[in-house]
Amino acid sequence: MIDKRDAKLSLFFLSISFLALFIGAIAGLLQTLVRSGTIELPLSIGYYQLLTAHGVLLALIFTTFFIVGFLYAGISKTMGALYDVPRRTGWLGFVMMTFGTILATIFILLNKATVLYTFYAPLQASPWFYVALVHVVVGSWLCAFSMWNQYYIWKKKTNNKLSPLFSYMAVMTMALWFIATLGVAATILLQFIPWSIGWVDKIDILISRTLFWYFGHPLVYFWLLPAYMCWYVVIPKIIGGKIFSDALARLAFVLFLLFSIPVGFHHQLLEPGISHSWKFFQVVLTFMVIVPSLMTAFSMFAVFETAGRKKGARGLFGWVKVLPWKDVRFFAPMMGMLIFVPAGAGGIINASHQLNQVIHNTLWVTGHFHLTVASTVALTFFGIAYWLVPYLSGRTLTPQMNKLGIIQTIMWTIGMAFMSGAMHVVGLFGAPRRTAYTTYSDHPQALDWVPYQAAMAIGGTILFLAILLLIYIIGYLAFKAPIGEMDFPLGEVEEKATSTPIILENWKLWVGISAALIFIAYTLPFWHMIEHGPPGSPGYKFW
Amino acid sequence: MHMHKYEKIWLWSGAVCLTVFLLIVGVSAYAMGNQPPSHMETIDPKEAAVTAPFDKPRMTKVGDQEYEAIMLAQAFTFTPSKMTVPKGSTVHFKVTSTDVVHGFQIPSTNVNMMVTPGYVSKISYTFEEPGKYLILCNEYCGVGHQVMAVTLEVMS
Ligand code: HEM
Ligand SMILES: [Cu+2]
Ligand SMILES: [Cu+2]
Repeated sequence: MIDKRDAKLSLFFLSISFLALFIGAIAGLLQTLVRSGTIELPLSIGYYQLLTAHGVLLALIFTTFFIVGFLYAGISKTMGALYDVPRRTGWLGFVMMTFGTILATIFILLNKATVLYTFYAPLQASPWFYVALVHVVVGSWLCAFSMWNQYYIWKKKTNNKLSPLFSYMAVMTMALWFIATLGVAATILLQFIPWSIGWVDKIDILISRTLFWYFGHPLVYFWLLPAYMCWYVVIPKIIGGKIFSDALARLAFVLFLLFSIPVGFHHQLLEPGISHSWKFFQVVLTFMVIVPSLMTAFSMFAVFETAGRKKGARGLFGWVKVLPWKDVRFFAPMMGMLIFVPAGAGGIINASHQLNQVIHNTLWVTGHFHLTVASTVALTFFGIAYWLVPYLSGRTLTPQMNKLGIIQTIMWTIGMAFMSGAMHVVGLFGAPRRTAYTTYSDHPQALDWVPYQAAMAIGGTILFLAILLLIYIIGYLAFKAPIGEMDFPLGEVEEKATSTPIILENWKLWVGISAALIFIAYTLPFWHMIEHGPPGSPGYKFW
Repeated sequence: MHMHKYEKIWLWSGAVCLTVFLLIVGVSAYAMGNQPPSHMETIDPKEAAVTAPFDKPRMTKVGDQEYEAIMLAQAFTFTPSKMTVPKGSTVHFKVTSTDVVHGFQIPSTNVNMMVTPGYVSKISYTFEEPGKYLILCNEYCGVGHQVMAVTLEVMS
């Protein structure tokens, strides 16, 4: 068991995370029902208000709180109890982030911030909404500082020993997060807050969109990296294998830091004001970031196979059978991993210019990220929670809860197959995302979309039931399960693996290269936007 | 750093695939002209509705089987709201917004672009099939976003 005080900090983060997941899922269910045309919301709630709550609470709050909680637990496990300053900073971060979350939720519920989680200007929310987001971001920075501080002190105390793999990855994840959130913090602090308060009356839209997407793409890697941490470090232990290579795992994380940030234009491929050569340049970089994902896939299947063969599996695929399919700690992340195969392929499609033209802003995109973040990442997080929550609360994962967890995973997979599958198909037909129920005055094409939207509602209902089951399991594991000692599964490195070169811990080098790439990819187009920008826009409240 | 032979093969095949994908995207964009809409012209969004050519949104014939559609996107409609062209016509759409960000999409064609206030967005398409095409907004723009659509009729 890790230090009680650290366990408490981690549990607090996890609680807010699951609370956000629950509320967000209610919104999600209602959205699918509205879009299928089966229900109408009571007058006081709007579809877009729900969608804002769903996006903010799931994409931003559920993920970030879960990640910070998970990283704290793993850091305390691998580097030892948090030192005083890092722990206190962590709590301060928690308070700020929670305050921001509550404030943002209130303003969304008051219908003062129906701008969706991307808050594109010149739709203008109440200034308090932006202030709330700043609290979430700055609070998460405090957590980043606190984790880096822990790492720094640990390195000092151990005379620069090689850091534990988990902690290295945690430091890297927060480095990526920090560099990425500089963009969104800049647009909120320098553009949105002064403009929404009325200190300035205009906003430059393209600059705000560019700063947002400078953040928006690495955001998805910030979700993915902790899932990869589970795959690289936790899964090998659970299946009775060893980590394939410490060095390659670290190298993959370095590559994510380098290539996941200077690529935001692939979200802006269809907009005016950015030249196509810069778009193409960033698309090339986007494709580079696929390489570390390929490395991860290789490592994972190498671990599965070697572990399987050690257990006596024979034949080309004999090792598949001996994997612990009945252990939810393996099963849930494994389903996430398998879903990542089509999800990743979809990502390559989205980033390709001409194909982007077909799917941009259609339900295909919504289908895509319900496979990536809402399945690959979410299922891995659920798989982590099933052992982490009892581990932190001094309880045990009972066989019964294990079984419920497996059922939960299957329900999630089936529900998502319906919902995301239907979204992908109807998106290809052209059905737009972020759109309440409509038939466009009974246009025959739009009428053809309705059955798919009904399939989305079937999927959404199964998913919502799966969330209820999840909340029950987590609640049971936190408060009711039998007291006992759980294991924090941490893999060891294969003896034959090559040793880790010191250069991988040269932070100045990697952050330097990352900054250089950002500089190359963004300076000229950004300068052009400022130099040749049109007059700005006043705010609009069209809801 | 040492890498397993199989991992090298795997990564090289991955890299080759990615390069091929990029080449296809690149050749299509640069050699065949399939670039994403990236028009650089700017306009004052507050004045857009009184600035030529957007002061008179319309569809005009500009050549043999060639038309220009000057359109305004405003919450929650496009103007002009009804347009017709004969089958086989190429239409050059030129669109700007007077208020918030809108989308411009014609399902079952490759017409899809963002309409950002302050910029002029352009895209062209040749309508080979007759029918009543839906032009819809695919970027959230407010409470009436789901009704923001007009039609373009292609006559046989
Ligand atoms: C009960 C499970 C869920 C259901 C039923 C559900 C359903 C939906 C629906 C119907 C939409 C909007 C479609 C539209 O564009 O009009 C949506 C959007 C979205 N969902 Fe989910 N979802 C679920 C879980 C999740 C999870 C777990 C995540 C993330 C971790 C997530 C992230 C998002 C995001 C980021 C959006 C986009 C919001 C926007 O376009 O502004 N969803 N979801
Ligand atoms: Cu992206
Ligand atoms: Cu719209």
